Amino acid sequence: MKVSLRVNGATHEVDVTPTQTLLSVLRDQLGLTGTKYGCGEGQCGACTVLIDGLPVRSCQARASLVQDKSVSTIESLESNGRLHPLQEAFLKHEAMQCGYCTPGMIMAGVGLLASTADLTDEAIVKAMDRNVCRCGTYPRIVAAIKEAAHARA
Amino acid sequence: MPEPDIELERYELFEGPRYRFEVDRRDFLKSFSTGLLVLLVVPRDGVLSAQQESGRGGGDRDRMPADVNAWLHIGEDGAVTAFTGKVELGQNIRTSLTQAIAEELKVPIAAVTLVMADTGRTPYDQGTFGSRTTPTMNLQLRKVAAAAREVLASRAAAQWNIARDAVTVKDGRVQGSGAAQSIGFGELVKNAPLVATVSEKTVLESPKDWAVAGTAVPKINGRDIVTGRHRYTSDMTPEGLLYGRIVRPPSYGATLARVDASAAEAMPGVVVVHDGNFLGVAAPTATAAGQAALAIKAEWTAGSGASARTLFTDLKRPADGNAGSPIIAGSVDEALTRGPLKVDAEYTVAYIAHAPLEPRAAVAEWQDGRVTVWTGTQRPFGVQQELVDAFHVAPDKARVIVPDTGSAYGGKHTGDAAIEAARLARAAGKPVKLVWTREEEFAWAYFRPAGVIEIHAAAQKDGVVTAWDYHNYNSGPAAIGTPYDVANQRIVFHPAQSPLRQGSYRGLAAVANHFARESHMDEVAHAAGIDPLAFRLKNLRDDRLVAVLKAATDKFGWKANATGIGLACGVEKGGYTACCVEVRVARGAVTLVRVTVAFECGAIVNPNGLNNQVEGAIIQGLGGALFEAIGFENGRLTNGHFAQYRLPRFSDVPPIDVILLDRRDLPPAGAGETPMVGLAPAIGNAIFSATGTRLRALPLVPHGLPASTNQ
Ligand code: FES
Ligand code: FES
Repeated sequence: MKVSLRVNGATHEVDVTPTQTLLSVLRDQLGLTGTKYGCGEGQCGACTVLIDGLPVRSCQARASLVQDKSVSTIESLESNGRLHPLQEAFLKHEAMQCGYCTPGMIMAGVGLLASTADLTDEAIVKAMDRNVCRCGTYPRIVAAIKEAAHARA
Repeated sequence: MPEPDIELERYELFEGPRYRFEVDRRDFLKSFSTGLLVLLVVPRDGVLSAQQESGRGGGDRDRMPADVNAWLHIGEDGAVTAFTGKVELGQNIRTSLTQAIAEELKVPIAAVTLVMADTGRTPYDQGTFGSRTTPTMNLQLRKVAAAAREVLASRAAAQWNIARDAVTVKDGRVQGSGAAQSIGFGELVKNAPLVATVSEKTVLESPKDWAVAGTAVPKINGRDIVTGRHRYTSDMTPEGLLYGRIVRPPSYGATLARVDASAAEAMPGVVVVHDGNFLGVAAPTATAAGQAALAIKAEWTAGSGASARTLFTDLKRPADGNAGSPIIAGSVDEALTRGPLKVDAEYTVAYIAHAPLEPRAAVAEWQDGRVTVWTGTQRPFGVQQELVDAFHVAPDKARVIVPDTGSAYGGKHTGDAAIEAARLARAAGKPVKLVWTREEEFAWAYFRPAGVIEIHAAAQKDGVVTAWDYHNYNSGPAAIGTPYDVANQRIVFHPAQSPLRQGSYRGLAAVANHFARESHMDEVAHAAGIDPLAFRLKNLRDDRLVAVLKAATDKFGWKANATGIGLACGVEKGGYTACCVEVRVARGAVTLVRVTVAFECGAIVNPNGLNNQVEGAIIQGLGGALFEAIGFENGRLTNGHFAQYRLPRFSDVPPIDVILLDRRDLPPAGAGETPMVGLAPAIGNAIFSATGTRLRALPLVPHGLPASTNQ
C-alpha cells in the first residue's frame, strides 16, 4: 500500500506492506540509516525517533499508522552545520564508545528535554531506562542530558 | 611467579591461517609513487622486525618486493595517511593510535587519516583482541611516525647544509635557524619521493615529553556518530543491493532433511540458495527477504538436545583439548594435609552472550571472481582466510573491509555473516546485505564459556596462604595463575566438551578465574579471622598490585569490620586493578550502593578514553556478575531475546569512582578488559559481608536472594 510520510520536514510517498515498521521504511526506503536496529522488539531503544515530538520506538510503529504525523530522526537535529545542544553535550562528555546506541539515546534525550522542565538524575534514569548502551556509557549520557538541560535553562 | 604456557590466543577462538600467501601489493603501492612512504618488512609474527637498508631507497617502485607493507604515507600536499589492520569497535583506538602518530610525527591530529582494517590496504594483523593494540600497535605506529619524522628532518637539514640537530620538527614543518629556514612536509617531498624504513635506531619521544599522546583528545569521528552519519556495516547501501535472510535450524546440531523452496522462488526478484546445510534467500527488499524465507518449507533432523540442567556435571567430564601445562610449585598435597586452616569450595560461571548492540552484519559483492566483504569483525585477515577456504579463491581475490563497528567485546572473531552474505551474493550476482536479527545474534554467534572452578586452599593461623590447588573446567586459562605469593601451588586447566559454541569474551576467563580466586581468598580470610584487606596485603609481594589495592581502599574508605563491603584485586595483560563495592540487601533484593575501582596499566595514552573504558568495563561487568546467564533446553535457547535476557541498564548503575594511576615510567598496556575482573568477586564478598551468605555462582543473584534475607 502507498502511504505518505512526513519525515524531517519532507513528505515522502512510499510503498509499504501493512505490517511494515517505520524503522524499516526509514532505513531501507528513505536511506535514513542513522536510526538503528538493535532488537526489533521494543527493548533497546536503538531505533528511537520522535513522532510529533514524543520518543517512539520505530521498530514497534507501523509505517502505515503514522501518516499525518511528523517524524523526526537523528538526521534532522543538525541545522546549517550547527549541532543540537544535546549532540554537543554528547561530544563534550564523550558519551559514547562504539556509538551504535547514540542516535537512539540522543533522540530519547531530545524528547525528554522537550517534555520535562525540571530534570533530576532520577528523572533522567527513569525516562532513559529502556534504552540500552551495551558499552556501558550510562553515567556519561546522564551527564550529557543534564548539561543540555542546564544550557536550555 | 610461574607462568602458564597455555596458548591463550587459542582460547580466543582464533585459528591462525595454515598458509599465508604473499599478496602482491605493487598496484596499491604504486598509488604512493610520490611523497614519503614508510615501509616495513611484513611482520609475520605481528612483532616489529627491524628493516634493513637493502638498497631499496629512492622511491624505486619497481624494485620493491611484493611482500612489503606500507604503514604511513605523506603526500605532496602534506596529507598524512597511516595504515593499520586493527579495528575500531568502540575502544577508541582510532583516536589513541592517531594521537601516537601525531605525537611522533609532530603534526596536528586533524592532519592524520588512519586507514583501518582493510585486507587490501592495511598490513596483516592477527586481530583486535587481547588488549594488544596499545602495547604493540601503538608502539609500532609511533616507530613508523618517528622514522618519517627523522628522514624529513634529515632531508631539510641537508638542504640547508646544517646538522640534523640544528633543526626542529613542529606542526607538520621542519624549522632550521631563522624564519627563512622553514619548510612543510609536503614541500620537502615534492618531486623527490622518499622512502623511510624503521630501524632499531629510531628514537621515540619519551612518554614524559608527550604533548598530544597522553591527553584527552576528543573522539575522532564523534561528530559522525552524534549526527548518525557514520555508516556501520548494517547501514551500507551500495547500488543494486539485495537483502539476505538465512533460514536457520530450529535447534543446535539439526541438519537439513528436505527443502521445498518453490513458493519463495516464485516471488519476484528472489534468489534462493540451498547448498548443503546452508539455506538462505536474497531479495530486493528486507521485507521481501523475510517473506521469502518464511515461504520456504524446510524439514530438519533432530538436534543435539543440549540442556543447561546437567551443564556443570557435563563440563567436569574429561575431554580432549589443549590443557597446556599446569602451574606446579612446591608440594600442594603435603601442604594441604598440614593445614591447619583448610578451605575447599566449588564455583561456577554461566554462559553469557556478548550481545553487541550492532548484530553481525555483512555486505558482500563479487566482481570478476573477486569478492569484497564489508563486515564487523575483530579479525579481518582471519575472515579473509575464511572466505578463501569457503569459496576456494586465492587470497588476493578476497578482500575484507571493516567499517568502525558497533562493538564486539570478543564476540566478533568469526566471519559467519561474511560467508553467508558472500554465498548469497555469488548466487545473486549482485551485492547482498545480511544483518542478523537479534535472535540470530543470540543463537548463532558464540558465548563466553561456562565453567566450574574447584579450589582447595590451606593457610597458617596467621593468615599466610600455604597451599593453592586450583582446577578450572572449561572456562579457560586466562589469569589462571595466582598473583599471591603461595609456596605450594597446583593450578590446572581442564578442557571440556562444551555443549554450546563458545569463544572469547572481554577478558576471556580472567573474569571467571578472578571471581573464583578472589571469592576464595575472602573465604580464607574469614576462616583466619583477618580483615580481607590486611589478609591480601599479607600474601602479596607485587608492588603494582599493592599500589592499586591501596589506592582503591583509601578512596573507598575501607574499614575492617564494616558490613556490606567487599573488595577484590587482580592483574591481567599488564593491567592492575582493585575494586571495592558496597551493597545493601533488603528483603532479598541486592542493591549496589557504590563502586570504587583503581586501575593502572603503565603510561596512560588518553585519560578520558581510559576512564570511559574502565567505567564501561564495570558496567558491562555488572550484568555477568549479577544477572546475565544463557538458558538452554533441548538444544534451544530459552532466553535469546532482549525481553528475556537482562542487560545492565541506566537504573542498574551505582555511582562509580574511577581512580587511574599513571605510570609514565612504564610502557602502556591495554585497558579494555582487565578493569572488569574485580567487580563480581567484590560484589560477592560484599554480599557475604552483609548477609553471611556466600554465593559461589555467576551470575550471583539472577533472581535476588531469598526474600527473608536482610542485612
Ligand atoms: S530496535 Fe527498536 S527497541 Fe530495539
Ligand atoms: S556506545 Fe556502544 S552501545 Fe552505547
